[in-house]
Amino acid sequence: MSSDSPIFKSATELSQDLQAGTVSSAEITQAMIDRIDAVDEKVHAFLHIDKEDALAQAKASDERRANGESLSPLDGVPVGMKDVIAVKNQPLTAASKILENYRSPYDATVVRKLKEAGAVVAGRLNLDEFAMGSSTENSAYGPTRNPWNLDCVPGGSSGGSSAAVAAREVPLTLGSDTGGSIRQPASLCGVVGMKPTYGMVSRYGLAAFASSLDQIGPFSTTVEDAALLLETISGHDSLDSTSYPTDVPSYSAELKISSEPKVLGLPKEFFGPGMDDEVRASIEQVIEYYRSIGYQTREVSLPTTDLSIPVYYVIATAEASSNLARYDGIRYTSRSERAENAIDVYAKSRGEGFGSEVKRRCILGAYALSSGYYDAYYLRAQKARTLIRQDFEKAFTEVDAILTPTSPTPAFKFGEKSDDPISMYLSDVYTISTNLAGLPGISVPCGFSNSGLPIGVQLIGKAFEESSLLQIAHAYDREHLHGRQAPNL
Amino acid sequence: MEYEAVIGLEVHVQLDTNSKMFTRVGTGFGQPPNSLTDPVVLGLPGALPVMNEEAIEKSIKVGLLLDCKIAEVCKWDRKNYFYPDMPKNYQISQFDQPICEGGQVEIEMPGENPAKMGPHRMVELTRIHLEEDVGKLTHYEQDSLVDYNRAGCPLLEIVSEPDMHSPDEVFAYLTSLRNSLVAAGISACDMEKGQLRCDANISVRPKGETKLGTKVELKNLNTISGVRNGVEYEIRRQIRAIEEGTPIIQETRRWNPEQKYTTPMRTKEMAHDYRYFPDPDLMPVKIDPAWIDRVRKELPEKPFDKQRRYQKEMNLPYSITSALCGDHLLCAYFEEAAGLAKSAGKVANWVVNDLLRELSQANKVDDFAEKETMKTTPQSCPVSPQMLAELVNLIEDGKLTNNVAKELFPEMFTTGKSAAELAKEKGLDQQSDDSEIEGICAEAIANDPDAAEKFRGGKEGAINALKGAVMKASRGQANPKVVDETLRRLLS
Repeated sequence: MSSDSPIFKSATELSQDLQAGTVSSAEITQAMIDRIDAVDEKVHAFLHIDKEDALAQAKASDERRANGESLSPLDGVPVGMKDVIAVKNQPLTAASKILENYRSPYDATVVRKLKEAGAVVAGRLNLDEFAMGSSTENSAYGPTRNPWNLDCVPGGSSGGSSAAVAAREVPLTLGSDTGGSIRQPASLCGVVGMKPTYGMVSRYGLAAFASSLDQIGPFSTTVEDAALLLETISGHDSLDSTSYPTDVPSYSAELKISSEPKVLGLPKEFFGPGMDDEVRASIEQVIEYYRSIGYQTREVSLPTTDLSIPVYYVIATAEASSNLARYDGIRYTSRSERAENAIDVYAKSRGEGFGSEVKRRCILGAYALSSGYYDAYYLRAQKARTLIRQDFEKAFTEVDAILTPTSPTPAFKFGEKSDDPISMYLSDVYTISTNLAGLPGISVPCGFSNSGLPIGVQLIGKAFEESSLLQIAHAYDREHLHGRQAPNL
Repeated sequence: MEYEAVIGLEVHVQLDTNSKMFTRVGTGFGQPPNSLTDPVVLGLPGALPVMNEEAIEKSIKVGLLLDCKIAEVCKWDRKNYFYPDMPKNYQISQFDQPICEGGQVEIEMPGENPAKMGPHRMVELTRIHLEEDVGKLTHYEQDSLVDYNRAGCPLLEIVSEPDMHSPDEVFAYLTSLRNSLVAAGISACDMEKGQLRCDANISVRPKGETKLGTKVELKNLNTISGVRNGVEYEIRRQIRAIEEGTPIIQETRRWNPEQKYTTPMRTKEMAHDYRYFPDPDLMPVKIDPAWIDRVRKELPEKPFDKQRRYQKEMNLPYSITSALCGDHLLCAYFEEAAGLAKSAGKVANWVVNDLLRELSQANKVDDFAEKETMKTTPQSCPVSPQMLAELVNLIEDGKLTNNVAKELFPEMFTTGKSAAELAKEKGLDQQSDDSEIEGICAEAIANDPDAAEKFRGGKEGAINALKGAVMKASRGQANPKVVDETLRRLLS
């Protein structure tokens, strides 16, 4: 495929080309479909793609443009959806067998906003079942492979969303991040992935894993593209009681304003043992770069860091055990053919429909909430969560953003961690506390390991200060653009 | 040995709101199955609840009506259990921060006879919380069907203290609660439609004992008299068990209204662990004191306060007020008519006797659906309060006799014509024409000289025979007051 094919362009470039009339949305979308046909057999980022529907949307976009009625810079640009985000009349499986035959009768708020902006909403992207996992190995429909090394995992749970962007199958995707599920796969696939502040993006239409932690966010090859996608999907939604009433600035416009050098915090607890040497070296280069452009760095302390994984696995599993109770074989989920009575319908449908990680987490969560254990687990975890949040608040009195690696290691091999849940859980050690504190975090590609696997740097910002966080990330990304490098497939 | 029953009630009331508790879908009864649903009601992947402000406001209103403490902050919890009538397999409810705490319900026990007011007392409440209703299951031989129209409707649970001791108190409590809630526009409280549901916690102990006995929860009490009968049966069953030496086990029992006995449903060991936890999809609700004040200003008069006012200020007898005050629509009708009439007491009599009789006649239809759509209320019936006031005033002014009015009323009710109109049509206007009456009176005296003689001789009662003759001759249309005056004048 020629390197000036639309698939190798960023969303911002595509937007400019569309506006200049040098390419049509139909051409972009067709190129995307051709690319999926060419490489997705290897990558397996997509669970489903409705080609006709995508081309129809593209055609409608081109017609709007011809009539001078283009809706936004994203009009005509394809955006893929993690298969937990509802799109009307499209399948929504959450990579679970239990939702094998389900189609959503309604659009998620983010999808409505994208459609209103004219974007071509296309493709259902693979994930760990119900977003539970860090490798996409927990998909009931087979794993996604890392485009940089097909023997390696793409990370997870939004592995399909990150791999699809890395493999140049689609310029933009949405994922969801509960404990790192956008940032970790972005890091492992060498693309940009951002989790907004909790409450910044409506969760309406996102099949819930852990309601108090879940946020939808963008994947892209550049920070600039992430800003463009984020500003389109953000904002208060009356259908989500946890969405925050705040104005959304034009992040992409604010990126163009030159910003003063900022102060970056380096949490000492994150730079201890357990970090891969190549990751450490790569992160140190990022720090050096920031210093070279006038940024200050300062060591900060987040003393409750070691609490974040245990706290997360109590709160997230407790909420999940309740959120996933609706998948019961009664209404829209697959019913076990072996069910002979009402109890059977639940037990067998769920037994057959859920994978082992989902079952493990539902059982853990139900246990943490059960009578006699609630105070010891759930209530204590909530108290610890407050402490974690306070640590960040304190750190943010001294610094503008916190810089850490996104993942302790580059992408690992299939099977390497799938038999050891604890080691898998530890791959989210740098990302989880951000969700517990509700803060925005972004992973930006910052280089490659000797074996050619991408490495990502994480920047964590103050609540609802996405604009500043994006500016800081952009200051690095615009000069490096590691995410613009495409793997050979 | 003498025993004492201790009873607490959990009453569920469906709030009459335009939309459901956590979504915009409308509420209603008798709609096609599963038509009042949306992604939120059905618990589809990604659907999220958003609180209904009207339901909170109505709950505050109930709290104020029942003298509860309204919470400054209340929150939402998930009650987790699997059941096909519940789309999410958890119910959004309030666990440890309900919207109302404490409070009381004034009840009236039966008096010595229906004309005598019985003793009043307060039944203490524990709490009131708001939650979402579940769907309705219908079981068939092979399958069960579920209708989610009711699912997600706002449901208020009013929990009393174990503060009642007899089926009569239970009956009085439910009646009073229902009257208050209906009068305040909270709910129609129709048990047949499941708008009011009741579970009873019942235990029995030897009289004088302070420790509570083992509690049994009684379910399936679907009518107010069903509650009374079920509670009565269960108390007897427990006393019998104690006397026979069989231990009472803590369990849930089901009232069988046809066979009139209770059967075990589940024991304490089989009870669910609901795994309550705060619903992360919803924010706690802060209730502004200004909001409470505004609701307080809109509170209607409580039914018992109204009854006391009628007795004290309008001098209405107890039996009349008790017939009026159970029905706030009847009270509203009465007050409007009384305001226009020369005698509030007479209006009350007409409302309680004649209007009520005609209303119950009009509503005597067998077909349930028809009953729903065609229900005649005091406000919708053909006799307006103005028309009743006019009727009473015609009698007071001597333009219509009471007897004629009684005859006319059913026809007013069916035709919607006024009393004056009907009387004229039928030639039944009362004769107050002095000369005509004088003629009839003179004739009566002439026809019964004996009675005339006796009256003149001082026998006051003898005039009644003459009056009777006059009324008969005038076919009841002569004004009795004018007849009396005329006879006395002619006989003097």
